[in-house]
Amino acid sequence: MSEKPKVAFYWCSSCGGCEEAVVDLAEGILDVVAAADIVFWPVAMDFKKADVEAMEDGSILAAFVNGAIRTTEQEEMAHLLRRKAKVLVAFGSCAHQGGIPGLANLWDRQAIFESSYLTGPSTVNPEGTLPATALPHNGDVVTLPGFYDTVRALDQVTSVDYYIPGCAPTPNIIAGAVQTLLSGDLPPAGTVLAPDKALCEDCPRIDTKPQDLSIERFYRPYEILADESTCLLAQGLLCMGSGTRSGCSHLCINGNMPCSGCFGPTSKVRDHGGKYLSAIASLMSAMDEEAIQKALDTIPDPIGTFYRYGLAGSLLRRRKMTPVA
Amino acid sequence: MPEPTENLQESTANGWEPKIVAFFCNWCTYLAADLAGTSRMKYAPNARVIRVMCSGRVDPQFVMEALARGADGVLVGGCHFGDCHYQAGNHKALRRFRLLQRVLMGLGIEEERIRLEWISAAEADKLRDVMNEMVAQIKALGPLDLEVPAEGFPELADVEEVTA
Repeated sequence: MSEKPKVAFYWCSSCGGCEEAVVDLAEGILDVVAAADIVFWPVAMDFKKADVEAMEDGSILAAFVNGAIRTTEQEEMAHLLRRKAKVLVAFGSCAHQGGIPGLANLWDRQAIFESSYLTGPSTVNPEGTLPATALPHNGDVVTLPGFYDTVRALDQVTSVDYYIPGCAPTPNIIAGAVQTLLSGDLPPAGTVLAPDKALCEDCPRIDTKPQDLSIERFYRPYEILADESTCLLAQGLLCMGSGTRSGCSHLCINGNMPCSGCFGPTSKVRDHGGKYLSAIASLMSAMDEEAIQKALDTIPDPIGTFYRYGLAGSLLRRRKMTPVA
Repeated sequence: MPEPTENLQESTANGWEPKIVAFFCNWCTYLAADLAGTSRMKYAPNARVIRVMCSGRVDPQFVMEALARGADGVLVGGCHFGDCHYQAGNHKALRRFRLLQRVLMGLGIEEERIRLEWISAAEADKLRDVMNEMVAQIKALGPLDLEVPAEGFPELADVEEVTA
């Protein structure tokens, strides 16, 4: 057996983009393979859960888990990898803050099952079959993982050592994080492995951001032709750069799209959406009740805008559950 | 300052009393509360008052954290338009509050639980009325109870494993 440190990758409630991001390291992945053995990576290699269970506790140097926790199976795997790994890394927006799947916290299991399996316009399900955790079938029992009402970020399920932000994390962020972990010179637990400053600070358009912004109304990207060199917020687009962690190389800004906040907040902010909506409100020009309501009407989906990647990890976590009698 | 104590005398039938966190501006609403006290006005004692320099200082995160940590309602009190010690702090507060309200209502939190009121230093009676009304409304709504309930599923290990 080699003495190389072991690493594992796992995916939970995610789109597969984070796995792509690892593959996007291209030849950079060879540096990882040269420095470490990949002992578990379901998307790319044929290891099973039993292989992980057979490993000694703490024998994996680092487990990179992407995706939010939505099912009992994902929760079980999160606990298993936590036990086997010295360092558990929440990889990508979903593991970090709940991500896009976290927006499902505006509903609950029943509502999601109804719309996905019963009432969806493209759904044909005359018998009304819904997923069940156990079902007798030909004398056997067929099982499925349980589906929670509430999507959780990885650190709401088990303790997490580091976070790699982004939807998906960019190659330079991943490479930097892996290098940090392999160097043995570890930052304090809980660190987000990306620069701790706002995206605006190193934005290529920062010089065009007025000292005193005064925004009359907001626009969604399809409503205007945005100028390609001016601050997007100054053009009325809800660019979250002022409240979002830097490190993404401004991919969206360079594509002339406003920042949607996937890197989450900096370490000084507790609730990403709450802080950003506070900043936005102070930059508006409306002074009286009527003008304010009119301007706010130009933000048709405030939760989906301010909490696109962070609802599950936010202070309030979800829409209030209505008690079931 | 002494710790706020539970109002045991006037508790409702099940013993529950709404907890309200109130952020009052230093120049107007806090002074109104002071005046209500020195005038020996009686009103519902459910609010824990936090003095801030301006209603514009109330970060939406404060409101969310209060709710997340068990408050049943949040009251923000500031100066009337034209009276702000910092000129436009209350206008900013109104903008923030209206946007925050839209988010909180989307999260299923009833409108009555979050309230913004302009109460000048002379309006102790308005403070009393707002406080009483808000407590009554929240009593009618019941506890906010944002606790995410634990969800139980049958232990999968108990279910016979199917091997293909």
